[in-house]
Amino acid sequence: MEPFTVHTGVVAALDRANVDTDQIIPKQFLKRIERTGFGRFLFFDWRFRPDGSPDPAFELNRPEAAGATILLARRNFGCGSSREHAPWALADYGFRAVIAPSFADIFHSNCFQNGMLPIALADADVEELFRRAAAAARDGRQLRAVIDLAAGTVTVDAPGDAPFQRSFTVDPFRRDCLLRGLDSIALSLAHGAEIDAWEQAHGIAPGAGASSP
Amino acid sequence: MPAPRTLLDKIWDDHVVCAPPGELALVYVDRHLVHEVTSPQAFEGLRLAGRRVRRPEATFATPDHNVPTTDRRLPIADLISRQQIDTLRSNCREFGIRLFDLDDADQGIVHVIGPELGITQPGMTIVCGDSHTATHGALGALAFGIGTSEVEHVLATQTLRQAKPRSLEIRVDGRLAPGVTAKDLVLYIIGRLSTEGGTGFVIEYTGSCIRSLSMEERMTVCNMSIEAGARAGMIAPDAVTFDYLRGRDFAPRDFDAAVARWERLPSDPGAVYDRSERFDAAAIVPQVTWGTNPAEVVGIDGCVPDPASFADPGQRDGAARSLAYMGLAGGTPIVGIPIDRVFIGSCTNSRIEDLREAARAVRGHRVAPSVHAMVVPGSGRVKRQAEAEGLDRVFRDAGFEWREAGCSMCLGMNPDTLAPGERCASTSNRNFEGRQGKGGRTHLVSPTMAAAAAVAGTFVDVRTWRTDA
Ligand code: SF4
Repeated sequence: MEPFTVHTGVVAALDRANVDTDQIIPKQFLKRIERTGFGRFLFFDWRFRPDGSPDPAFELNRPEAAGATILLARRNFGCGSSREHAPWALADYGFRAVIAPSFADIFHSNCFQNGMLPIALADADVEELFRRAAAAARDGRQLRAVIDLAAGTVTVDAPGDAPFQRSFTVDPFRRDCLLRGLDSIALSLAHGAEIDAWEQAHGIAPGAGASSP
Repeated sequence: MPAPRTLLDKIWDDHVVCAPPGELALVYVDRHLVHEVTSPQAFEGLRLAGRRVRRPEATFATPDHNVPTTDRRLPIADLISRQQIDTLRSNCREFGIRLFDLDDADQGIVHVIGPELGITQPGMTIVCGDSHTATHGALGALAFGIGTSEVEHVLATQTLRQAKPRSLEIRVDGRLAPGVTAKDLVLYIIGRLSTEGGTGFVIEYTGSCIRSLSMEERMTVCNMSIEAGARAGMIAPDAVTFDYLRGRDFAPRDFDAAVARWERLPSDPGAVYDRSERFDAAAIVPQVTWGTNPAEVVGIDGCVPDPASFADPGQRDGAARSLAYMGLAGGTPIVGIPIDRVFIGSCTNSRIEDLREAARAVRGHRVAPSVHAMVVPGSGRVKRQAEAEGLDRVFRDAGFEWREAGCSMCLGMNPDTLAPGERCASTSNRNFEGRQGKGGRTHLVSPTMAAAAAVAGTFVDVRTWRTDA
């Protein structure tokens, strides 16, 4: 997994609440058996018109979102289906972080498995970021942010605006795994002896298996 | 004396393998369920890393999401669907995992067959790469959905990294009125909690109303916990649970000894939940969703809300967006909204009791000429049972299609989809934009409500519905 340390990138503002994983990656694209190549299908039903051309009204298709790597959204981002195809699609499209007031649980943990950082900020702070993104777009600029995972900060500096810096917290274990790009399975396999002991204590002989008819 | 513990505390404490300093706890997984959509990349990951499945006997697999619900003897027309199902087959063969394949009499939606085969048992930890794993909590298990990387983690280690979730007690007392079902109850609760009210929590449903529910009804309630944001929903095991499990294929051989263990699981008197909410069952009427998330719901005697009636600007915009997608105007009474399609199925409402309930509303009637209606049983077993009871005849005689088991139009990964603009009364669990087909408009309802709507061609209040049964 690609480590996440300090990331600087363009913020794309998606001013919607309850964005569900069915929207992030519609079901017709879940039939692939690979982990890669989902970026083309990200937000497919919103991004493209029925004739296949990009819908210029959709947030990610606007010039100010070109090359964005940080997604800004409203509360309960990633709700619904557990499909990890959602973070795969976001990552494949180029996103490294999502900022929102809140995230659905399964999406939240799926992000960490894929080198993507979900950042929960207070409603008012998210509101302020939306305001700045809109102001930047009006001026024909892009909003840029710096995310420092070790320090736990998001910083936005735009000419003419007061500096904006906010702290965020993530689970320390998940943060370490992300900072170092660790393989979480290898870490857990290192506890093999404890798993053996648990199984023995619960009457499961290694390999003996579940009760069967 | 030890502190009183909740059902969640007891299962959690029993399954923590270790909690090394600076790391999330490793939690043991008793049962792992697998389907074709969220597993191929996990098996591929194992292969690439040269890892084995630690305990293949604890994992059970079935294809359900992609499968055709028409004649099973024909090859699957969609080549990519076929490849995904073939991939599941070869992965199960390679790693020694029990597969209930398409031609297996017990194939079905993974959340229907787990309990039905007795694979799901009280006190267990159960995971699946699917958010509706919450269903299995109805039997007193801690069951939740995971992502594909976690599927790989479970296959390799039989454990998961987890922070202990907070507990939310949802206490429902009183009796549901005639015509009001477990589906209405859970939709009502989601409407009150919002789609994120349960985020970070495991819900335990308690109270006299919950105790009075059958096993099938409990599964309907727990199934939709995720629609309120909760990763898991659970109900303490009792005589209803034990009677349901007794004699099932994978039930423990020494059943009485297991019951003696399971009887210790319910929350102790005085156990403390992180949060509690109470509801009165008698206040609930049949529910219909009007928008594009399951919390956008209203009673059958109500109207589509006017977006302007929401004080919060975000909610106002959201409601306006939902109504534009749904093709509805604020203030429209729910009764009388015409529908094009009816779908009775999904892991929420495709068990035998759901089909009996729907058949009761249909018997002696005909599906309205303007409506295309189908029934998709949740499993091969449910289908056979329904046929033995003659329910298939009731549905067919009324003009419903009677299909093979699978997820079908709940998410439309197979050919069962809505056309753009079609309006559907659906017993499934998600009314997201495009969920049942791009541009399709989904209204979530109970099986009785869906069946009555099929006949009437519009939503009707089932409390006034004439049944011949
Ligand atoms: S029936 Fe629907 S919700 Fe249930 S597992 Fe299948 S696709 Fe998911």
